[in-house]
Amino acid sequence: MTDAMLGGTGTALINILLLAILFVVAIAIARLRSLFAIVMLSGVYSLVSAAWYILVDAVDVGFTEAAVGAGMSTAIMLGAMLLTARTAKPERPFSRIGPFIVCLVAGIMLIYASIDLPPLGDPTSPVNSGVGLTYLKVNWYDTGVPNVVTSVLASYRGFDTLGETAVVFTAGLAVALLLGFGERSLADTLRRTPKADSRAATTVRKDGDVP
Amino acid sequence: MKGDHHMILRVIAKCLIPLILIYAFYVQFHGEVGPGGAFQAGVVLAVALILNALVFGLTATMRAVPPWFTRSLAAVGVVIYAGVGVWALLKGGDYLEYQALFGEGPGGHHGQHAGIIIIEIGVLFAVSGALTTIFYALAGRVAEIRDEDW
Repeated sequence: MTDAMLGGTGTALINILLLAILFVVAIAIARLRSLFAIVMLSGVYSLVSAAWYILVDAVDVGFTEAAVGAGMSTAIMLGAMLLTARTAKPERPFSRIGPFIVCLVAGIMLIYASIDLPPLGDPTSPVNSGVGLTYLKVNWYDTGVPNVVTSVLASYRGFDTLGETAVVFTAGLAVALLLGFGERSLADTLRRTPKADSRAATTVRKDGDVP
Repeated sequence: MKGDHHMILRVIAKCLIPLILIYAFYVQFHGEVGPGGAFQAGVVLAVALILNALVFGLTATMRAVPPWFTRSLAAVGVVIYAGVGVWALLKGGDYLEYQALFGEGPGGHHGQHAGIIIIEIGVLFAVSGALTTIFYALAGRVAEIRDEDW
């Protein structure tokens, strides 16, 4: 598998193709003004990145990117788009010359740093020879869970995952506290549909009970 | 919901939503041996609800899964996760030390399996509840999503 990743011309071509699609989509997102098209293209961006992650054997990351980036955040951005205008304000060209220079310099620095990275799948790289190798060795005796990703996330780094869960909960709580729980619209809609009167009354009362 | 020009969309969504739900639970309980886990399963679960809301209307979805339920679900999930840690504390171990759940020594796996499964259920509840709450909060600001809004 390492040979296929390092030496395969076909894999390299697919890599280049996917990254080229990412580049084109990013340029298109930056140039478009219609928010709906931008949201959809960002979903496309996530989906293509997910395919690329899977190509470099990061299956868990690719799965998360597809579920969260392409599915969830697209839907949430669509919901947010309903609250605002449909198009972004037009901008004069070259009006953001400062941020552009910062991005350019940061990009050049990243490319310069990437020259020193170990090749993909290198067994002597710090990722594969250090603590990662230790986890692979002790995992089966410690936990008996075949998927090392699961045992690292849930067992070895249980504190970390507890923190992440609390972060997700806090995010939901913060959005709900800022925007409301969305129940006002439910009550409004129910009030305007008389045929569902009895069910509406119970739903609204139930909602009111919970502090 | 008026007119019939969304019929294909609705029929397909009706077929897809149960499959998405089953897939979410597959990801949840298969996380031990395959890619994915509770975070992804929670997202997929929330996506099924959001698809339902987009196709069949927000009010119908809010009747089926009320907002008080989703936000309670998120809180209950965090409590379940933290509760496993307290369970381990009560058994005399460290916080979230799964070995201590059934008082096993090193190499014992029952506590690890039970602990991981329970905290994953907590993560599933927290993630799906929180994401659905976010979606309700955003989408619930407009009373009804009209066709020309897209």
